[in-house]
Amino acid sequence: MPAPTQHRLIFQHIDEPGYSNDIDCYLRNGGYEVLKKAVAQKPEDLREEVKKSGLRGRGGAGFPCGFKWSLVDRKSGKPIYLIVNADESEPGTFKDRYIMHQDPHQLIEGTMISCFANDVKQAYIYIRGEMPEGARILEKAIAEARAQNLVGPNILGTGYSCEIFVHRGAGAYICGEETGLIESLEGKRANPRIKPPYFPAVLGLYQCPTIVNNVETLCHVKHIVQQGGAEYAKIGTPGNTGTRIFCVSGHVQRPGYYEFPAGTITMGQLLNDVCGGPLPGRTFKAVIPGGSSAKVLRFGERYKGKRKVGTDMVDYDWGVEDVPMDFDSLAMIGSMGGSGGVIVMDDSVNMVEALANINAFYQHESCGQCTPCREGSLWMKKISSRMVHGEARKEDAALLKSVADQIPGRTICAFGEACSWPTQSFLIKFKDEFEGYAEAKKNLPADRLSLV
Amino acid sequence: MIAAPKPDLVTVNIDGVDISVPKGTNVIEAAKLLQKDVPHYCYHPKLSVAGNCRMCMIEMGTPAFDPATKAPVTDPATGKQKINWIPRPQIGCGTTVSPGLHVKTSSSMVKDAREGVMEFLLINHPLDCPICDQAGECKLQEQATGYGRGYSRFIEEKNVKPKRTQLGPRVTLDDERCILCSRCVRFSKEIANDDVLGFVDRGSYSTLTCHPGKKLENNYSLNTVDICPVGALTSTDFRFKMRVWFLKQTNTVDIESSVGVNAVVWSREGTIYRLTPRRNDEVNDTWMPDSGRILYKQVAATDRLTAVKLNGSDTSLDIALHAAAALLKAGSVSIVGSGRASVEEQFLLKQLATATGAQGHLVARTASGDKLLISADRNPNVRGALVTGLISQLPCAELKQLSRDIDEGKIKTVVSHGEDLHAAGLTAALLAKVAVIYIGTHANATSAAANIILPTLHTFEKAGTFVNQQFRIQKFYAAVPAPQGATNDLVVLAKLVASTGTHTPASEVHALWPAIAAAVPALATMLYKNIPDTGLLLDATPWVGLPFVEGETLHYKPAAAIAAEAARS
Ligand SMILES: Cc1cc2nc3c(=O)[nH]c(=O)nc-3n(C[C@H](O)[C@H](O)[C@H](O)COP(=O)(O)O)c2cc1C
Ligand code: SF4
Ligand code: SF4
Ligand code: FES
Repeated sequence: MPAPTQHRLIFQHIDEPGYSNDIDCYLRNGGYEVLKKAVAQKPEDLREEVKKSGLRGRGGAGFPCGFKWSLVDRKSGKPIYLIVNADESEPGTFKDRYIMHQDPHQLIEGTMISCFANDVKQAYIYIRGEMPEGARILEKAIAEARAQNLVGPNILGTGYSCEIFVHRGAGAYICGEETGLIESLEGKRANPRIKPPYFPAVLGLYQCPTIVNNVETLCHVKHIVQQGGAEYAKIGTPGNTGTRIFCVSGHVQRPGYYEFPAGTITMGQLLNDVCGGPLPGRTFKAVIPGGSSAKVLRFGERYKGKRKVGTDMVDYDWGVEDVPMDFDSLAMIGSMGGSGGVIVMDDSVNMVEALANINAFYQHESCGQCTPCREGSLWMKKISSRMVHGEARKEDAALLKSVADQIPGRTICAFGEACSWPTQSFLIKFKDEFEGYAEAKKNLPADRLSLV
Repeated sequence: MIAAPKPDLVTVNIDGVDISVPKGTNVIEAAKLLQKDVPHYCYHPKLSVAGNCRMCMIEMGTPAFDPATKAPVTDPATGKQKINWIPRPQIGCGTTVSPGLHVKTSSSMVKDAREGVMEFLLINHPLDCPICDQAGECKLQEQATGYGRGYSRFIEEKNVKPKRTQLGPRVTLDDERCILCSRCVRFSKEIANDDVLGFVDRGSYSTLTCHPGKKLENNYSLNTVDICPVGALTSTDFRFKMRVWFLKQTNTVDIESSVGVNAVVWSREGTIYRLTPRRNDEVNDTWMPDSGRILYKQVAATDRLTAVKLNGSDTSLDIALHAAAALLKAGSVSIVGSGRASVEEQFLLKQLATATGAQGHLVARTASGDKLLISADRNPNVRGALVTGLISQLPCAELKQLSRDIDEGKIKTVVSHGEDLHAAGLTAALLAKVAVIYIGTHANATSAAANIILPTLHTFEKAGTFVNQQFRIQKFYAAVPAPQGATNDLVVLAKLVASTGTHTPASEVHALWPAIAAAVPALATMLYKNIPDTGLLLDATPWVGLPFVEGETLHYKPAAAIAAEAARS
């Protein structure tokens, strides 16, 4: 089956010739009309539309956005905050940056609608520390929107006021974990908080109810309010509504970003039809489907089971190429849709070295609060680095796996899973390569690039 | 005694046993009530919950309810309500009890989780127990015994970190041993109100340090040493001096103010090595000021009085007591007692005052309180003097009345129990007009001017009780023997009372108590041996009107503040 055609909803104007990131261009393209429409409605009606849309968070976990908003403690009497998670740091993910650089007003409009829908008077855009240009663009865009009375006091004469502040991140991956982000925004080290009791919806920023949403998620809200939740839900598949942006990197002919109705495209269509397949003379070996923390898929393996199609349970028997790229299907085969970062590795890649690289990243980014993640991530890194740069032992394969198994489900935040899933899955799927690495290394050319 | 309000109880099931615990209790504390140990590092009952060490993981389930009808779901296998067990371990410290909560503290899931954490904690640990001061009281050592693997799978190089950082004047840090539990950080911020500690760097390279330009030098810094579960924070004073398992522990009370912090004296073969706090949730929780800990140095101070003197010459105790008796019999006696003396000593001094017709005085010792564990009243036992009737009014810093009486020739002999009369406002000229009997531990201007010196014991060398600012009577015990030449205050005082010819009181604490109980209304029905280690609250009604100097401290509000609060609400 050929791939479906792209459906550019969020990325409609990305890389469009002549499209600029100033407000005039945005307004020329119908910008802020949805906000004008939204502020004339009741906030609870807007929330209902988002619920109906079935929108799932694009930050990684795919958490239903309408449900998240319904958990917000609206009776505490405390202010409600909204935080835009623009810390985009998951390796392999590069969608939020495009939005902020090229279409910042789309984010601001989505944010303002979401703020209005949730009675938020103050919002923060927490932008990754390494994106100074993005921060500058957002500051300018907010100033432009404020000049047009679209942000700030008494928006469009409705009596509703809301400020947006840009906050530059502290330069760590863990600042993207929502409670670590909140700590960081409060001016502290981004140590994630324990949940319970510190669920953001109840005890978030400054111990007030807080909504944390990804950049892309909030952009979707704009389109939901524009077309209505029910209409939006028609895009994609049930349970996986709207569009999904895939950031494809690695060994394909045409890496880049692609936006499709969720659940309508398979991995094979994406990599072969859309991205042009493997590089000349190479074959696909493995792919990580949802950012580097997602469990790796090995080309050639089969996934079997039963799944729900409509109301029926049907058998499936998929190869990697057959897997629909939606949250549920990827979860069903033991990985995840995550942030949409698709990392492709071909037969030139040695999996031990690839894992050594990933482990070095996670070790460097563990905040260090909780024992299993702090010690486990470093131990895995030390083992895999030693295998690559020093002496590799056959028993390292089993050791690596066993160390990784002692981490997930036992930590304060999901970084525990993020740092251990790569090792767990690499060791399950490429065990032979790890066990044989000591031998294989003897035949490696001396001038190979060191990876770690 | 005022009864505490009955707490709301919640029934939970731990390892198959139902137990009712107060609402808000966490799983570690609930399990403790069943003598079940949930090993932990970062949790401390008096600090906020950080949940970072992950040692306290338990398996947990909640009663099942039908989502639609909300009716309890019955498990056909047991006939009881079904329990939904969470498929991954939860932290005991961060889990508060809820009705019907089920907990397993030693299932295979729990064991596996604990062993994993234990292994992780040890891989980068220097394992330098043979040269570590914490050995013997180290949680890491103890729990490695219980949950360690017994061998190492770690062949990589260990992390290297600073080994001897001076965090402040009294605390030394070995960063390699630190397990990053953040207890010390939380203590500094939450209890000492001195937010000076934090971590730099990330992951396993995280390193404890003081914030730039700051030092850990507040008067509570040594509490971080007490609560550090490992040998990372050590007391610079105690470091490398003695193995803890050689030390004898004796309960005592901090003598530096009327708070009455509960403490322990650690000694070996007559030498004191350190003082640490003892938990009393009504008084000091688990904390103690640094300043109270160094007071053990008074015991072996060079100015200790160890020779009985009569008019400047060494003599025997009997001869000196004989001479003292003659002075007392001659009349015109005044007695200066001490707020640092025990209830028992004050009781005998009161008897001496009655027998000699003398007036009892006390010297006030005040300074500003620190709102935590040092009060404005720097005497530990002014209330004891009130309770025993040695005084009926609060003392002043200067003995003005006594000065006048001496000046007017009304007084011929002054007995001072440990107070420096010179410091209390009696000039050398005035002291020259009277005979001074000095009963005390350390040399001062008064001992220099005294006709008779009767050397006695330091608090750490004797047993007794103090009554703290809450009117809580608390016991202390003899930790070390007295130096040669010094005599127990009770023996000296009992002999002086006996020499007046009225009666011969007991001169040992236990033996003396029946007489105390009989004579002192507030202490009626009590016996020394029956006073619990955390003390007993006395009925303070007779003294409520007195203008006590203490302001608010931990677990203490002055009566005026309570009254003002009641008026507001
Ligand atoms: C270690 C870690 C890093 C994360 N980094 C990001 C990030 O960079 N950007 C992001 O949007 N979400 C990130 N998340 C997810 C957030 O915690 C949070 O779930 C998300 O912002 C919620 O937004 P959404 O519901 O719109 O997806 C991260 C989570 C973890 C555990
Ligand atoms: S899991 Fe890792 S990143 Fe998350 S709190 Fe624990 S140590 Fe920090
Ligand atoms: S120094 Fe001790 S108390 Fe402080 S964090 Fe380290 S282990 Fe915990
Ligand atoms: S005691 Fe450390 S996590 Fe519970």
